[in-house]
Amino acid sequence: MNIVVCLKQVPETAEAEVKLASDKKGIEMEGLPLQINEADNYALEQALLLTEEHDGDVTVVTLGPDSSDEVLRMSMAKGAAEAVRLAGPAFDRGDPVAIARALAAAVKDLEYDLVLTGCMSSDDGNTAVGMALAECLDLPHATYVTQMEMGDGEVTVGRELEGGLIEKLKMKMPCVLGIQTGINEPRYASIMGIAKASKREIAMKSASDLGLDEGSVGEEGSRTKLEELAYPPVGEGAEILEGTPAESSGKLAEVLREKGFV
Amino acid sequence: MDEILVLAEHREGELRDITFEMLSKARSLGKDAGKSVTALLLGAGVGDYAEALKSHADEVLVLDHGNLKAFNAAVYQQVLSEVLKSREPSLVMIGHTAFGVDLAPGLAVTLELPFASDCIDLAYEGDDLKATRQIYEGKVNATVSFADAPTVLVTFRPSACPVEDAEASAGKVTELDVAVPEEPAMRQFLEYVEAAVGEVDITKADVVVSIGRGLREEENLPMIEELAEALGGVVACSRPCVDAGWLPKDRQVGSSGKTVKPKLYLAIGISGQFQHLSGMKAADTIVAVNKDPKAPIFSEADYGIVGDLMKVVPALKEKIAELRA
Ligand SMILES: Cc1cc2nc3c(=O)[nH]c(=O)nc-3n(C[C@H](O)[C@H](O)[C@H](O)COP(=O)(O)OP(=O)(O)OC[C@H]3O[C@@H](n4cnc5c(N)ncnc54)[C@H](O)[C@@H]3O)c2cc1C
Repeated sequence: MNIVVCLKQVPETAEAEVKLASDKKGIEMEGLPLQINEADNYALEQALLLTEEHDGDVTVVTLGPDSSDEVLRMSMAKGAAEAVRLAGPAFDRGDPVAIARALAAAVKDLEYDLVLTGCMSSDDGNTAVGMALAECLDLPHATYVTQMEMGDGEVTVGRELEGGLIEKLKMKMPCVLGIQTGINEPRYASIMGIAKASKREIAMKSASDLGLDEGSVGEEGSRTKLEELAYPPVGEGAEILEGTPAESSGKLAEVLREKGFV
Repeated sequence: MDEILVLAEHREGELRDITFEMLSKARSLGKDAGKSVTALLLGAGVGDYAEALKSHADEVLVLDHGNLKAFNAAVYQQVLSEVLKSREPSLVMIGHTAFGVDLAPGLAVTLELPFASDCIDLAYEGDDLKATRQIYEGKVNATVSFADAPTVLVTFRPSACPVEDAEASAGKVTELDVAVPEEPAMRQFLEYVEAAVGEVDITKADVVVSIGRGLREEENLPMIEELAEALGGVVACSRPCVDAGWLPKDRQVGSSGKTVKPKLYLAIGISGQFQHLSGMKAADTIVAVNKDPKAPIFSEADYGIVGDLMKVVPALKEKIAELRA
């Protein structure tokens, strides 16, 4: 069984200070650690587990800047056989549909029984590329997948809905699944694996390599446009209890006492 | 008249809140931009819901058909395509929910609709729709515009818009006549499986001490358990803590976990993504401890401490013990 995993590199922003770039169309990337998108890491692990059990290869595909080679190499260090990167200015600033169109052009020529993606990326948060990709490839799809059970030419998936309710579906393969976090325990790459992967080839594909009209991808191929970024308006917000840990927690303990919790 | 079409979402016999949130947003948008509001109700045995919807819309379109019993994106997409092609609403709103994220992207691709997902706000500037989305984990807002097209599609974030009172004048109900395909073999609904019930019911507790990824390691859990005990509360958590296996799923607060409304919710090392907030923002008093002063949780909290939880939690435990003594 061969599996294609579409994944991406994202900046870590949950803890870091995020600063807008001066043109207000992006953020300052300098100083932000780069890492594999969380849900994509689970998708990769799922592909590795399945191909280990059912024989086959994992191909990882990304659309992104030069720095994203790092997540491709890390994927190969963990066991992916091949890596493809869609590279070039034609792909820049694509909306989710344009990104899906580009990925589809690269994926369609690969051999696969399954295409896995993370269900959401932490940077743009579109929660859309995987399912749009399925439509571009004309394949059945399901997202928020937290359970998978392989059958003969089919897979039973559990989709996690609101409140943790699981929706069980039977899907024919090939299909595209958006993988949700928690489905497995992602492995770490071994030092040996990392050393070996550093010498591996990454197949670079430009729009013309993929037979794509440049106007059909990237900003030009997008039907939505990012106008401007801003910091979210600060509402009333919390009353901040200042001081050293001892002082601030002393104030909090007082508040809790006044409210009758202590 | 130009219309805004809202896809009603329901599950297991109930209309979901997002439906009314979207209708409320659509009504205020429609008032400003001179557009009518239409609720589209698809499903099996759902005719009764039209009653609840019609006081929130100018028109309710109902398609009640056995093949729509299970939510199957493949079937719903085909039906929606037909409806959208014939009505050409200027805007279509679908919830940014497990249902919506499975459905909307494919629809955008087949119908070539300009599409923005997870919108938290929408506004017309003249004829042009502008959407606000939140990116980089709630730290940046993005304004998005759409290409010129008869119809644009958005998914709208749950809890992003308050529900307005029903209108006195009720809209009309129209039965739709659209062919509904059978569930295709390529994707078939099997069943719903309820989340497992654990030994502790966090939804019943008055005090919830909740931890997030900021805790770093499972080894740091005991101090949280002790703090919870000192406050007579239970320990809960954000999703990554469950993913990492620190705590069982029934302790997870948020959209894919539990919704809690305690008297006191302590969020420790939790950034405050909307999926988490939706599960706890109705708490009476919210206290956040986070080392990042820009963490979105502080906009939802009543009290905040900016600092390292590894120092604040032990100190707080001590102060509580002192007050008790
Ligand atoms: C479909 C879907 C459903 C989801 N459902 C849920 C859900 O039900 N519940 C849920 O919680 N999430 C859910 N999520 C995930 C959600 O998007 C976030 O990823 C998650 O809430 C983040 O958890 P966190 O705040 O613990 O981690 P992070 O976002 O990583 O935040 C960690 C925080 O800890 C702080 N911190 C770090 N170290 C320290 C320290 N020493 N002292 C003090 N503070 C520190 C950081 O500043 C940061 O703010 C869902 C996502 C999707 C896509």
